[in-house]
Amino acid sequence: MDSELKKKLQEKAKIIRQDIIEMLCEAGSGHPGGALSIADVFSYLYFSGILNINPDNPSDKYRDRVVLSKGHACPVLYATLAEKGFFDKSHLKTLRKYGSILQGHPDMNKTPGVEMTTGSLGQGLSCSVGMALGARLDGLNINIIAILGDGECEEGQVWEAAMAASHYKLGNLVAIVDKNGLQIDGFTKDVMNSEPLADKWRSFGWEVFEINGHDFDEIDYSIKSALSIKDKPVCIVANTIKGKGVSFMENVCDWHGKAPSEEEKEKALCDICNLKLED
Amino acid sequence: MIHQDIKKILSSEDEKISTREAYGMKLAELGEIDKNIVVLDCDLSKSTRTAIFAKKFPERFFNFGLAEANMMSAAAGLATMGKIPFASTFGVFATKRACDQVSISIAYPRLNVKICATHTGISVGEDGATHQAIEDAAIMRSFPNMVVISPADGTETRKVIDEIYKYNGPCYVRLCRGNSPVLFNDNYEFKIGRGVKIMDGDKATLISAGFTTSITLEAAKTLEEEGIEVDMINMASIKPIDSEMIVESAKKTGLVITVEDHNVIGGLGSAVCEVLSENYPVRVIRLGVKDKFGSSGSPAELIKAYGFDKDSIVKTVRENIPA
Repeated sequence: MDSELKKKLQEKAKIIRQDIIEMLCEAGSGHPGGALSIADVFSYLYFSGILNINPDNPSDKYRDRVVLSKGHACPVLYATLAEKGFFDKSHLKTLRKYGSILQGHPDMNKTPGVEMTTGSLGQGLSCSVGMALGARLDGLNINIIAILGDGECEEGQVWEAAMAASHYKLGNLVAIVDKNGLQIDGFTKDVMNSEPLADKWRSFGWEVFEINGHDFDEIDYSIKSALSIKDKPVCIVANTIKGKGVSFMENVCDWHGKAPSEEEKEKALCDICNLKLED
Repeated sequence: MIHQDIKKILSSEDEKISTREAYGMKLAELGEIDKNIVVLDCDLSKSTRTAIFAKKFPERFFNFGLAEANMMSAAAGLATMGKIPFASTFGVFATKRACDQVSISIAYPRLNVKICATHTGISVGEDGATHQAIEDAAIMRSFPNMVVISPADGTETRKVIDEIYKYNGPCYVRLCRGNSPVLFNDNYEFKIGRGVKIMDGDKATLISAGFTTSITLEAAKTLEEEGIEVDMINMASIKPIDSEMIVESAKKTGLVITVEDHNVIGGLGSAVCEVLSENYPVRVIRLGVKDKFGSSGSPAELIKAYGFDKDSIVKTVRENIPA
């Protein structure tokens, strides 16, 4: 990947992570861990130019659709959409408050740029299957990207959708699994082991890439490859660190669904600020 | 006696058709005029009659196999792309198996999905309790944004499908397996939120919907022969319901009896009670499935055993009207 672009994406990821921390502290509740783990992927999807997403034309028929199936991670989506210009950043401070356009889980009718209402885990990939079928019927050459969690893959509906996407050869559909290895009650391998996860997707007829979800070169390669595969759906299993970028949140189960205090916020922002830019 | 406005819309033909059959035929007809109509099913297309559409427009028919949850959320996804999805399966699966998907993927974002479920009520018959939806209307009625309709015959079904196709928002249509008499002719017009007065009388009000309307009409005619004239309302639109018509009739008769092929908890009977208790409290008797699961048996046997056949309705009116 071009080093200029990589630098830009790393900077955007920093801003997204900072905004996630700020808005969660202000809200006093919410889900930092799984938002921070997928921040680099979001930076790539919205700021690399790979997708057709334009805040000046949010209802463009030809736009690509990103569906956040792991809806509780919405701070990453809101921070990204605000940074992209879908709405003013001042809204971030209203997260989870009564009357806010930023609901505790994504609401497509309240937030500009949110493509699907999600939050009850397992449904977003199915919605994406419907979008992909609809796009194909209309001959629209667009991409549908669904973001799932590895814990979410315990939901049976995910596999119903995986089966259907493969049956209908949905080459316009890409699922990215944020495999951060943690869920509310502990490590995924202890709560409900879903390994071998990549093999499961393969056995359902998907093309699978396994990447480091914090490495922009790997993200770039896998997504470009995924978009070029047109005869079947592609799953990118992104190995990530829950809470990535904030030292005391990394790999700590408790930070799945807890907001930082003022003091913790300052430390978190400091950590994010000092994140080393890798080349 | 037969309501004066109803004469021109009552069928004079002696024919029978199931509401699922009328649905399947109507869907195939609508498919001709709008290419945005897509039809989804879960391996029941022969039973739900969506197979008629599937044969005509295979590219716009999607079989999801035995995966109702996935079908409902996928229908929502198709709706976001400007499609008008009609999603069909049996009532038990549409409302119980895929309950959360209908609520969160469809009703909450108010997406334009039409859930047309067949095999509702104990009139399903021999298949027994597992395949008889007796709580579907209750579940669907409790979702904000959801319209719930239970058409009485083939004609009303066709009109309902036309109307929900034009309406932008989620709808649940409660269809039946068994044949029922065609009550209305083509002049009949259905409107969401409106009931239809079929008979005029002042001794009691009978309100029914779906499969029970033809049974209730027979009961009303029998009562008329005995000199007991009742108001009879067909209330296909269970939500929104025609409060005005219910209150107006209750004011005249002072006694309301509801008849439904559904649990008396949560369906038409409950909806009528809600309207009356808030606006004009009168006595309401709910006939239907009295908080019991269904059973195997012929539809006629079951309807009699569960107490909403013609004789049970007649008896209930006779015993409860003021002397």
